[in-house]
Amino acid sequence: MAKDDNGGKELAAADSSHGGPDVPIGTAVVTRDAIANPGFPPHDLRITDVDPKANRRAERTVYTLFYVSIVGSVFAIAAYMAFPINPEDPGSVRLNNLFIGLGLSLALLALGIGIVHWGKALMSNHEVIDERHPVRGSDETRARAVEIFEIANEESGFGRRTLIRNSLFGALIAFPLPAVVLFRGLGPDTDPVELLSHTLWKKGTRLAMDPSGTPIKAVDVTLGSAFHVIPEGLQDLEHGKLEEKAKAAVLLMRLKPEDLNELPERKDWSYDGIVAYSKICTHVGCPVALYEQQTHHLLCPCHQSQFDVANHCEVIFGPAKRPLPQLPIAVDSEGYLIAQSDFTEPVGPSFWERS
Amino acid sequence: MPETKTSKPRPNRKAGRRHPMASVALIAIGLLFTGGAYAMFSTSTARAESDLSSQQTIDEGKKLFAANCATCHGLSAQGSGNGPSLIGVGAASVDFQVGTGRMPMQMNGPQAQKKPVQFTEEQTRALAAYVASLAPGPGLPDASLLDAQGDAAAGGELFRINCAMCHNVAGAGGALTEGKFAPALTGVTEAHIFEAMVTGPQNMPVFNDANITPEGKRDIITYLKYLENNPSPGGFALGSLGPVSEGLFLWIFGLGAVVAVTVWITAKSN
Repeated sequence: MAKDDNGGKELAAADSSHGGPDVPIGTAVVTRDAIANPGFPPHDLRITDVDPKANRRAERTVYTLFYVSIVGSVFAIAAYMAFPINPEDPGSVRLNNLFIGLGLSLALLALGIGIVHWGKALMSNHEVIDERHPVRGSDETRARAVEIFEIANEESGFGRRTLIRNSLFGALIAFPLPAVVLFRGLGPDTDPVELLSHTLWKKGTRLAMDPSGTPIKAVDVTLGSAFHVIPEGLQDLEHGKLEEKAKAAVLLMRLKPEDLNELPERKDWSYDGIVAYSKICTHVGCPVALYEQQTHHLLCPCHQSQFDVANHCEVIFGPAKRPLPQLPIAVDSEGYLIAQSDFTEPVGPSFWERS
Repeated sequence: MPETKTSKPRPNRKAGRRHPMASVALIAIGLLFTGGAYAMFSTSTARAESDLSSQQTIDEGKKLFAANCATCHGLSAQGSGNGPSLIGVGAASVDFQVGTGRMPMQMNGPQAQKKPVQFTEEQTRALAAYVASLAPGPGLPDASLLDAQGDAAAGGELFRINCAMCHNVAGAGGALTEGKFAPALTGVTEAHIFEAMVTGPQNMPVFNDANITPEGKRDIITYLKYLENNPSPGGFALGSLGPVSEGLFLWIFGLGAVVAVTVWITAKSN
């Protein structure tokens, strides 16, 4: 390698003031009437430099702070022993955390403040300059570097033995390829579009209460009621219970039938004023469940989207763009509410492949 | 306790006069009396509840209704342009609305708000009796469901699923649309919490006994009373409002402290 033979020359170069004759001419344009380097402001002596009493006082402050820090550490240990966490009493966590935290903050704060105060009041505060090297090396260095590369090329035969060189390039390009396969393996096994398009609801699934899983009878859904609904059988799933619940959660409400303004093609999707809508906001997927039974508005707590349940859950305010998907419901022979089918559109927020 | 004081300088007196167990016995007797009085009181309220069906109470309630409520709800509670019909809302609804001061309503607004109660308990009960006599509706809850001695954990789960989206997971309340809000649940009596769930006052949905069983409602009350009576293990709850109050606190005091320390570190020592 080229040895650094600049020999500290750059220091001398940088020391000269702006516009001086020694500055190497680069691409920058140096105007002759540039503001002259004002140099350092006059060095002000601190009170600790002038007054030995103040100096001693500062010294005392610093070591007192360090002793306080020790006290804080010891206090934290003592607090750990004096306020143990009792699993029976959640209130004990509060005391335990409070006193350990107080001790530790005292220890760290006193230490930090002490060090900074030491540095500011007692350590030498003379201004010094730490010069930067010029980025460009000297001409000899640059020539020497080129020479080294040429020797290396000559000795290794990198330029001459093209077969070796090209196969090396090939090997380097091929090496990262396994990573592509490995990282694809971290992705979902099944097509996410398929996963997002279907939920646990299917024809005949009973509507059940969250969290008990008790099926709901239509007669129990009185006027003004709001039921938080999961598909029956969700609680018996062994795997992916939460994933399925996140898609299948439904809010069941009963309005006066005359208040409901239903789309003609969805006339038979409700039962005697009972409607079921997906609880997953079409904006970014928060659970929309703030139901106002008089205004029939549903409010999403995350971004204040509002849906009008009386008008097939159309968006009346906020950033959501699509109405909440409706679950078509019916009543079976025993009087329980059942789903007529799965949702007819994917629930939740939009995604690229959503038709 | 002057007796114990006088007994101190004369330790030689016969122990029979002031037996060491005397104060214990005194406390036991005191407790017995208070307990007895309380039991009598609770049975008397129970009797008052059963009085809801007596014609005298209903007549009294009818008079109160005509004087205070009929302007909006109509002379026979059939409702008018200014107030809904009260036929079939039940005694529970009246006890909640009048017992929390929401009715009579002070002024028209997005929702009737809690304010100092305007009727005595007896008058409230008479009003409830009158409205309950019009048509069947949810009655006053049984005292056994209001003891807050249920399963707080089960109540917490029910609360998070059914109530927390509006009332906040810690019962601190929250905003709804167009100026309406779900009130905070601290300081609300057990009976009023129960009645609100059963009747769905104003824009709150109804949670009938098929949706949340009476036992479940008792658990929810237990959970709320547990939250109310136990300090947050996490320290200052800052109103339990979540990122709003916590973020504001940190922006002002946390960042303020960081700025102050930075200014101090970079300032020259004089």
